[in-house]
Amino acid sequence: MGLTTQFSKARVPVLFVLAGLALFLPWRTPVIAPVERTVRVVARDFAFTPGTLTVNPGDRVTIELASGDFVHGLHVEGYDVNLTAEPGQPASATFIADRPGTFRIRCSVPCGPLHPFMAGRLRVGPPVAFWRALLLAVLAILVGGLALRHSSRAKTADQGFP
Amino acid sequence: MMRFDLTRVPIVRAIFVARGPQLALQLGAMSGLILVLVAGLLGTPVGSRNPATVLVWIAWWAALIIVAVPFFGRLWCSVCPLPLPGEWLQRGAMLRPRDTGRGLGLRWPRRLRSMWLQNGAFVLVALFSLPVLTQPRLTALLLAGLVLLSIAISMIFERRSFCRYLCPVGGFIALYSQAAPLELRVRDAQVCAGHTTKTCYTGSATGFGCPWMAFPAGLTSNVACGVCLECLRTCPLDNVAINLRPMGADLLDSSRIRLDEAFKSLLLLGSALVYVFVLQGPSSTLRSSAAAVGTAAWLAYVAAFFLIIAVVLPALFLLAITVGRPGTPGWLSPSQGFRRFAPSLVPLGLAAWAAFSVGFLLTNASYILPALSDPLGLGWNLLGSSGMPWAPIGGSLGAWPLVVILLIGLAWSSRRVRAVAEELGGGVRAAIPVWAFSLLVTSVMIWVFVA
Repeated sequence: MGLTTQFSKARVPVLFVLAGLALFLPWRTPVIAPVERTVRVVARDFAFTPGTLTVNPGDRVTIELASGDFVHGLHVEGYDVNLTAEPGQPASATFIADRPGTFRIRCSVPCGPLHPFMAGRLRVGPPVAFWRALLLAVLAILVGGLALRHSSRAKTADQGFP
Repeated sequence: MMRFDLTRVPIVRAIFVARGPQLALQLGAMSGLILVLVAGLLGTPVGSRNPATVLVWIAWWAALIIVAVPFFGRLWCSVCPLPLPGEWLQRGAMLRPRDTGRGLGLRWPRRLRSMWLQNGAFVLVALFSLPVLTQPRLTALLLAGLVLLSIAISMIFERRSFCRYLCPVGGFIALYSQAAPLELRVRDAQVCAGHTTKTCYTGSATGFGCPWMAFPAGLTSNVACGVCLECLRTCPLDNVAINLRPMGADLLDSSRIRLDEAFKSLLLLGSALVYVFVLQGPSSTLRSSAAAVGTAAWLAYVAAFFLIIAVVLPALFLLAITVGRPGTPGWLSPSQGFRRFAPSLVPLGLAAWAAFSVGFLLTNASYILPALSDPLGLGWNLLGSSGMPWAPIGGSLGAWPLVVILLIGLAWSSRRVRAVAEELGGGVRAAIPVWAFSLLVTSVMIWVFVA
């Protein structure tokens, strides 16, 4: 009995166990004491500068939004942070970065043609989600690729996506 | 393989055969197109407030990629408004056949009977996509241009030559409709063989000859069939079926794939990769370059786009196939290998486009109702939703929904890669490098989505 046949038989429980491990296995990350951070973000030409804000879990973060041209908004997905700044009138908000991960920052005020694509990122801690997703991708290949029975039955066994 | 013929259900068959329901949907789509053209040309230039950009690139595109193509195949093509004015003019009729057809009715040149022109048209639109996506007037001009082009083609060439050989979206839908659990096929090819008049192709008093220039008995995939249902109306032998089938049934036989179709799999996967990276990636400089048409930065973007879709990805894919070569004399040439393995990328490409579109939809869906409530930007509030604030959907989930979609496509593609490798006698060894290629492409997109 080959490896792939064994995998086929046990694939459902194996899939769940491996997916669970990829998603929930504790990830060793360096513990860094939370600090207070103030980040000045300039919105101009349909871009946030800096485009990526990197903080540590637990940090108390203050974002100061300044507009360099039109009225711009700043919305952090996953956090209840919404700011609107006009030229010469910056705005700020403070929050605790208590959710690790990478969160998209978007302009929340229609500001011109490229407004839908005006985005940045808030990165809280290391990009663990990426590595977990990558493990799941390898798992997806194993599930899709090794689930197929051995060669002589390949053509008949493959009846489309299960 | 299990199939269920929907036309065996009398009421379903009646709906398919009757022209009224299809015409109603076509007229609905045509009304939408007219709204988009008027709003795009006369309405507000603010993209997120104009139905031209919001309806086309947020609502329609998402509905097409996430729902219509994966689950209904080419059904959109049967109601698409773009070719309708040309088709109506060509036929001199909107419903039943009449002897009032116009146009030269020339046959499409034999040398151009492939997907290469569609591939080129798609790339051409893609290069200008950022300005088109964001500027209502350009969206309207693009659609108006496609309508005019389809009219011109309909007046010169026979049937739906525009849809079959030129439409930039048509090729996209054609390729990915192979994944759909719906197909139009004949019930028994022998019945067709004995039917001398071939009314499905030539037409009859009850319907038009196949507008897509396909002979239904010869259909082996959804690529050439626009599901216009004419053959269902013209077949006197009740031999045409609309089947429910397992998803991806067309992809099971890769031996029939031509180079143009195989290349399209890579072209569209590469385009999805570039779109995800440019439009949803971290670099605002890239986005600005893609939007600044005619500048040196845009030319650099164009060069990079071509390099990725026409050189880097195909080269990596060929390399993967070559590395997996088992060394046996019967193994395929690189070109044959390319053609056999490329359809395996269809599920991954479809998933990449779906993930990209879901991300765009979740972020921008809240623009739809305000734009419809004030379609011309005149301060109207037709639906009471003009003042609705922008609110992204599902922000707390992060990018995981997009990752899940990608992983489904990756698993499905991997299964097809393995199946092809087994068919060719290469086994897991031939599959592993192609899996690595798929993983590389998926990883880049995952990185953009979550990292």
